[in-house]
Amino acid sequence: MFELANPRRFMEASAVWLPWLAGFAAVFLAAGLYLGLFVAPPERYQHDTVRIMFLHVPSVWSAMMCYGLMALMSFIGLVLRHPLADTAARAAAPLGALLTALGLITGSLWGRPTWGTYWVWDARLTSFLVLLFLYLGYIALWNAIEDEVRAARVAAILALVGAVNLPIIEFSVDWWNTLHQGESIVRAGGPAMASVFLWPLAFMALGFTLLFFTLWIVRIRTEILERRARALMLETA
Amino acid sequence: MSEFFAMGGYAAYVWPAYAATLAGLGAMIVWTWQSYRSAQRKLAALEGDKP
Repeated sequence: MFELANPRRFMEASAVWLPWLAGFAAVFLAAGLYLGLFVAPPERYQHDTVRIMFLHVPSVWSAMMCYGLMALMSFIGLVLRHPLADTAARAAAPLGALLTALGLITGSLWGRPTWGTYWVWDARLTSFLVLLFLYLGYIALWNAIEDEVRAARVAAILALVGAVNLPIIEFSVDWWNTLHQGESIVRAGGPAMASVFLWPLAFMALGFTLLFFTLWIVRIRTEILERRARALMLETA
Repeated sequence: MSEFFAMGGYAAYVWPAYAATLAGLGAMIVWTWQSYRSAQRKLAALEGDKP
């Protein structure tokens, strides 16, 4: 894995993976959409609003996974001083912000018919809104600090401090009395959901994850190319 | 078909959720790809300048 820390190796290896990642992302998203919209029946209590779950849960899950990866890359960048890790962390942030926003939008569109409200300041929803602000703050820090090395360091510290929010989001439904339901996809002893809903959810979750990795890698590649271009411009200047 | 679009009376919640997700992810894909292509072109032009 550390071989990939070399930008040239990363470019070579990622060029091989990219078409596969993108292709599988498209296949799983298409299959998930088909199963979710056409095969899954209206659920007994939630009726057709259950179809929002196939978007909401994968968005939220990949938004949190993205933050975990961003924090991990920030840690590697901070401790090992490796610029590619900083690049990877920075490239993940806009993706995470978008996924978090989509999680909030689909969540509130699901909340209105099921709870009777678009928004409530319960611990799960509030901590997830904080995730959006963490992403936006992280992006703003990068843009605000001119010196790249210093920007990377300050942003990495924010990413690491903000990582405390991840377990808060995850366990908020257990620690506090929330309107948001608790864990209801997998419980001790196996899945807690009928397979006709579980399959589209699994396909969509996998599709979102693969799409995230596809976009993340393209964004890292873009940054590497931009760096090369900047270096060349300095050389010729 | 119209039954499908009616979403059992929940069309006003289900379809905006799908539309927002599609628009958000679609815009991100386009933006990411365009930045990538423009970086490729910029670098190719710079490398072409060099003897």
